[in-house]
Amino acid sequence: MNFIALKMLMGDRAKYIGIIIGLTFASLLITQQASVFVGLMTRTFGAISDLGQADVWVMDPKVQFVDDVKPLSDTRLFLVRGVEGVQWAVPLYKGLLKARLENGNFQTCIVFGIDDATLMGGPPQMFEGKLEDLRRSEAVIVDLNGARTKLARPPLEPGGASRPLEIGDSLELNDHRAVVVGLCGVTRTFQSQPTIYTTYSRATQFAPRERRLLSFILVKAKAGEDPAALCRRIHGQTGLLAQTSTEFQWTTVKYFMKYTGIPINFGIAVLLGFLVGTVIAGQTFYNFTLDNIRQFGALKAMGASNATLLRMILLQALLSGGIGYGLGVGLASLFGRVVRGTELAFRMMPQILMISGAAVLFICMLSAVLSIRKVMKLEPAIVFKS
Amino acid sequence: MQVAHELAVSCRGVTKTYVSGSTRTEALRGIDLDVLSSELLMLVGPSGCGKTTLISVIAGILDQDAGTSIVFGRDFKSMSQRQKTAWRGAHVGFVFQAFNLLPALNARENVAVPLLILGTPRREALERAQAVLADVGLSDRGGSLPAELSGGQQQRVAIARALVHSPRLIVCDEPTSSLDAETGKTVIELLKETAVAPNRALVIVTHDSRIFSYADRVARMDDGRITRIETQRTAP
Repeated sequence: MNFIALKMLMGDRAKYIGIIIGLTFASLLITQQASVFVGLMTRTFGAISDLGQADVWVMDPKVQFVDDVKPLSDTRLFLVRGVEGVQWAVPLYKGLLKARLENGNFQTCIVFGIDDATLMGGPPQMFEGKLEDLRRSEAVIVDLNGARTKLARPPLEPGGASRPLEIGDSLELNDHRAVVVGLCGVTRTFQSQPTIYTTYSRATQFAPRERRLLSFILVKAKAGEDPAALCRRIHGQTGLLAQTSTEFQWTTVKYFMKYTGIPINFGIAVLLGFLVGTVIAGQTFYNFTLDNIRQFGALKAMGASNATLLRMILLQALLSGGIGYGLGVGLASLFGRVVRGTELAFRMMPQILMISGAAVLFICMLSAVLSIRKVMKLEPAIVFKS
Repeated sequence: MQVAHELAVSCRGVTKTYVSGSTRTEALRGIDLDVLSSELLMLVGPSGCGKTTLISVIAGILDQDAGTSIVFGRDFKSMSQRQKTAWRGAHVGFVFQAFNLLPALNARENVAVPLLILGTPRREALERAQAVLADVGLSDRGGSLPAELSGGQQQRVAIARALVHSPRLIVCDEPTSSLDAETGKTVIELLKETAVAPNRALVIVTHDSRIFSYADRVARMDDGRITRIETQRTAP
């Protein structure tokens, strides 16, 4: 009977395509919007995930998210280093500084100042140059994307293409000369500003004078030490807020979720995709069943049990759902591939695929239940009505 | 020589009333009817007289309100819906006025449907379907979709579908009314030729007087009652 179910489904091409389009649209919209949302949220904590060497981030207790820097005094670093279970603790400067470009324009950049001695907290990926080159005078490492776009030098000829910033080029950071010694790869930031790495001491020279300039303390736990327990110990002994990298990422995400309209906007788009998909696919599938009601009646009259018809309808719904889901996810993946490396955030996680799959399954089941109710209640005597 | 016929269908005091809101329609008002095996019985009468309701009860797709309907020794009232559905699948063949062929299936697949419902493997079902299609003269149209067949050909496919699982009872609802006179004649001759068999009964609902002569007996109905049963002397 499965073969009859499939033939019935695919026999009516227009309706079949309508059902598939509805489910594909729902799957695409849910997957794509959720992936863009997750991509954006990932960017909010890009600074944390890029500094993967640290197990624990120590900060002022009032800090709400990674960009909410509340500087500490440098002496706090020594307090943290004295806590049991700390393998190493290094300072990190994080701030927004204005870079003056060759054409006279200004560009705000995210500047990281990493430990002078160990260079812990450096960029996750180097494309050109070496991290150790930061020890050279006035040295900075610029992220490749920023070097090619917002920090690019003006064209040599009017109307020509701008030239990417290269090793050896210089720029001004808050009236201080800085020389590019390397190009690195970083996770794009939420504000899409170029990222610049330098040493902690040089970063504090670049930064406007303030009494306190230490943004964060990055801590590595000793082998076998539970980072969560270490966080509690650091807080207990220093009064500072200490969070594991994962906790700090979630703190940042929750801040954006709570204080920006981003989740609501994306949530609406995802819900819209779900509703439109439900309406299109559900309505078309229900109409498909109604159009075939005499045929279901004939099958019932000829001895097909309710259980058989139920299996047929479920098979039709699940097959449509499977195809629609596959196409939708495929198109969303294609979208992700096309926008890779652009300003658009996109991160398709397995959880999104599961949520999207569950949503499509729900739509299919809802459509099937409506149809099944109709067929179950169907009097086979309908077939004798002309 | 007289042949002793088994009682295929026995209806006694069958009543059926349809209720729609405050409207009650008494479709059957105490039907007493016997149908013998190897007999072709026609139920005739004006529209709305209860013919279709009666064959629905006889075929086990509609429950009567009162009375008994025993088909080949089985009393439907003692059977659950599930048992009735299974019994219908195994022992009843249907020919409908509107053919009710599945438009997405070709003729051979349509004929195979009752076998597939009974759980016959697909390959075997299609082979048997092709053989029965040959019996109704459509051996070369097995791969055609219903939309590619004429009305007469579609009804022949429907007859093949009604016969393919060798049912004991075949019920036909106005099998010729959608067809022109010549095609209708061909179809009823085909039905008489292929469907009437020992241990099988054929009940046809019709108001097409041109085919009455093909019946062994004609039961006339009016207003939910059987008013007269005539035995045809010279069926063609």
